[in-house]
Amino acid sequence: MDRLLRVEDIHKRYGKEEVLKGVTFEMLKGETKVVIGPSGTGKSTLLRCINRLTPADQGRVWLEDEEITHTRTNINKIRAQIGFVFQSFNLFSHLPALGNVRIAPMKVKGMKREEATRLAMEELGRVGLGDKADAYPAELSGGQQQRVSIARALAMSPKLILFDEPTSALDPELIGEVLEVMVNLAKEGMTMLVVTHEMGFARAVADEIIFMEHGVIVEHGSPSDMFARPKHARTGEFLNKISELYGETD
Amino acid sequence: MLRASLINIQLLAALIAVGYLVGTLVALLQVYGGRVLKAIANLYEWIFRSIPALVLLFLFYYGPPRFGLDISAFLAATLALGFRSSAYQSQIFRGAIECIPSGQMLAARSMGMSRLRAIFTVILPQAFRLSIPGWTNEFSSVIKDTTLAYAVGFNEIMRYARVIQDSRYELAMLAFIAVALVFLLLTGAGNALMGGVERRFRIPGLQMPGSGSGDHCR
Repeated sequence: MDRLLRVEDIHKRYGKEEVLKGVTFEMLKGETKVVIGPSGTGKSTLLRCINRLTPADQGRVWLEDEEITHTRTNINKIRAQIGFVFQSFNLFSHLPALGNVRIAPMKVKGMKREEATRLAMEELGRVGLGDKADAYPAELSGGQQQRVSIARALAMSPKLILFDEPTSALDPELIGEVLEVMVNLAKEGMTMLVVTHEMGFARAVADEIIFMEHGVIVEHGSPSDMFARPKHARTGEFLNKISELYGETD
Repeated sequence: MLRASLINIQLLAALIAVGYLVGTLVALLQVYGGRVLKAIANLYEWIFRSIPALVLLFLFYYGPPRFGLDISAFLAATLALGFRSSAYQSQIFRGAIECIPSGQMLAARSMGMSRLRAIFTVILPQAFRLSIPGWTNEFSSVIKDTTLAYAVGFNEIMRYARVIQDSRYELAMLAFIAVALVFLLLTGAGNALMGGVERRFRIPGLQMPGSGSGDHCR
């Protein structure tokens, strides 16, 4: 399979604290990778360094053959190809669900309104919210808002979607509906990099789990290897604790 | 006299429009401008918020002819009061823009919008709605300022009343009461109109803090 993303030796420092101390990994087309680790280990920063929402201090990132981190790269063109799903959804509050999903195809890709509307309805249907097209974000539950935000990312036909703790802001009973959408995406072959504590999701669809701590990748491997025989004591410890906390059963 | 009040309404419309456009620009520079642009915007705001309206009127009316520029009373009043209003309006907009959670800009940028496009498609539409209440307030303040324009010989309602005062002194009080009534009506109608605008553009969950369940300005 083709390589889609390469992240090479990413460093990021906030003041005195170095939150990323040289992170390197690759993703193939159609892969789902899950990044786990204690909070404050730079997982979200890593995602943001990939599409340059946060500029990395050092290191390079490529999307296929194009170097994202190169100063002469048109970052808006790159971002249009990389979906980003936020923990806090960040739906545009002044637009209904439909408007949220079609705005980027129209404003970034220059798609015609009718075409963008058709596409947006399709994507809303895909996340099970075809009947909520006219609802404003404030009228939707957290789970529904997050599904709209996934539809919003999908409408740009991204090569890759970055998920930054997509279920962490949700009430427990709403997590399932979002995970279900994500599982389906993974099965359809979308390339996904997911920061999450949902081990059930990781086990079900991740091709690889990346365990990060203190700004470095401690260990990575397939879910079965990571859960059954972690190489580092710290990995096993964390996985046990997180599984307990999040009541992991699948 | 009622016809004269139409002149006040014209002046009001013109100065609000000037204030709106310039105010938006000033607010944008204050929030998104670099250090230099920000300083210029702040200086502008300081100047036009500090100088009394009457003094500004005189400066704009009697100033340009000194440099050989002919300026009508209407234009002078529009610019003087418009710029003044823009300084106040800029603060309404700035407050509204700063109330919008940073995640909105972040989300827009993450989809490939440029900063400028994000400002116009995501930030401003929200900021305009949030600033309607402040704008209503500004409207009811500047509508009264339009009477100041009589001081530069502008044929608006207050000048009309002063003419009556000069020619038929016994009617002066009556004339001023009539002016007061006209403004009571105008402001009342204007506020009702703005209330309608506010309802018309209301969006669930998009409000200034203190006016409902909006969670802005955290």
